[in-house]
Amino acid sequence: MNKYNSMELMIAVASRELEDGASVAVGTGAPCAAAMLAQKLHAPSLLILFEAGGIDPNLPEMPISVGDSRSFYQASMAGSMNDIMSACARGFVDYTFLGGAQIDMYGNLNSTIIGDNYSTPKVRLPGSGGANDFGSLCWRMMVMTNQDVRRFVQKVDFITTPGWLEGGDSRKNSGLPLDTGPYKIVTDMGVLDFEPDSKRMRVISVNPGLSFTDIQNNCGFELLCAKNIGETKPPTDRELEILRNEVDPYRYVIGRN
Amino acid sequence: MKTLLEGQGQLFSNPDPDDARAYFRTKSRRLENKEMDLSAAIEKHLHDGDYLGIGGFGANRSPLAACHEIVRQRRQNLGLAGHTATHDMQILSVGEVYDRVDVAYIVGLEARGLSKCSRKYIESGKVKLTEWTNQLLATRFQAAALNVPFMPARGMMGTDTFRYSAAKIVECPYTGKKTLLVPALYPDVSIIHVHEADIYGNCRFTGITVADLELAAASKRVIITTEKLISNSEIRSNPHLTRIPYFLVDAVCHVPFGGYPGTMPGEYFSDEEHLKEWLTAENNPDTFKDFVNKNIYECKTHQDYINRNGGIEKMKHLRKQELMLHREVTP
Repeated sequence: MNKYNSMELMIAVASRELEDGASVAVGTGAPCAAAMLAQKLHAPSLLILFEAGGIDPNLPEMPISVGDSRSFYQASMAGSMNDIMSACARGFVDYTFLGGAQIDMYGNLNSTIIGDNYSTPKVRLPGSGGANDFGSLCWRMMVMTNQDVRRFVQKVDFITTPGWLEGGDSRKNSGLPLDTGPYKIVTDMGVLDFEPDSKRMRVISVNPGLSFTDIQNNCGFELLCAKNIGETKPPTDRELEILRNEVDPYRYVIGRN
Repeated sequence: MKTLLEGQGQLFSNPDPDDARAYFRTKSRRLENKEMDLSAAIEKHLHDGDYLGIGGFGANRSPLAACHEIVRQRRQNLGLAGHTATHDMQILSVGEVYDRVDVAYIVGLEARGLSKCSRKYIESGKVKLTEWTNQLLATRFQAAALNVPFMPARGMMGTDTFRYSAAKIVECPYTGKKTLLVPALYPDVSIIHVHEADIYGNCRFTGITVADLELAAASKRVIITTEKLISNSEIRSNPHLTRIPYFLVDAVCHVPFGGYPGTMPGEYFSDEEHLKEWLTAENNPDTFKDFVNKNIYECKTHQDYINRNGGIEKMKHLRKQELMLHREVTP
């Protein structure tokens, strides 16, 4: 039996990306768990922001909604959506975690429709919410998701939130704030980043027991492989202890096994 | 200023600042008693075809009692600002009261899942949609509040969200940079749920403001539902606590627990059990028909709805949850 499950691994890996003194805009679920874990371990002064207006809460437990009272519990400020998004626009927010039904090789995300035709979709999804705002305006966008051919697709049905758009300089030329963009993708099989010139997704580490081929087999487009591909460091005992006992004691996110 | 690109989405409202000023010129500036029943307020101020904005954040300090009332009064052809729209939209979808939506967030209930009822109606093709983002709808309210025809912003460029919006990308006259423009949005009516209000419409609430201050200022008519009525002298003894001033407001409705089954900061937590029951009931058309009859159409008031779902005992339980009293138990 494994000492940890893949969700615990993803949360631990994501939390290590958040350094002390940085700021992160999060939603509910796994990203929130990663931010809380970072704050309780190596990044006590991590600034956490929620899109509905919560600034620097002392999170007592994980919020159910990004606008519920937990999201501004003992916070520095219970502000407005404009307070959060204008801070993102001015360059105060270093990281954000986003998700979607589909992601392509440039990190473009779809959370709007499944299907070929906008007006007659197979499935209508929520749309941008705050995702396009965060993905456009935060310095570094990250994604935590399961590695799966239906999610990692050649072409997303709809670009809800900008990644590197068509790669190369296309994001730079789009008018979006300079130097913003997708940074790392943390999956249940490994960690991926984006090759600096082409902006194509690239595997930089594989989770214990897996290979580059395993990841490629669970991806709908051709992946690049970093020169010195590493093995993802599994969660430490300390990370697991804090995650299980303090961050998610009811195991809403990390599950039962 | 050169327009470089235009979204192909339809604009559902008029961004003209002088048309808005002409309307606001006609609004009363008097301190008048605006207290009325919720049903009377909806009857008087929200008409078929109006464009509606809803305060709060989906199921957080949202005027959910008012959403039930709109469905009971069978409003039709409303425009809707789909801003952080979760359970509020899920209720409105029951009556198919809207036929056009400015989309920022619709159909879902965050981590709780997607509403089958909202999805089915949206996917039916009977609803016109234009895409935006949560912040850009807030920015559109802000443009209206400032009475400027549009606001520049820097998101959404390069995406299909832009392509299906009614935004434009221009060359900035100062920097030459590509800049997004979003038009002012003046809802005909907005409904906002607050903790306290006086009979004139001065409002107080605690917690995050989301986009409610911008929404209240942008709207031609504002209906307030309030947990508590307070005296005008109470307002005047702490004027710094007033978040919405009376002259923006057209109706004040005293609706205790008016945000149920959502969260009201410091008062009650969301009734997750009931929200789950709602989502599950949507899976079966017969079950759902009974469910909405029981919970919306057969209810005379919001009190009646709450009584059918646990009444005051349920609200006492949700208060404990909201205040996290379980954390105060001595270990």
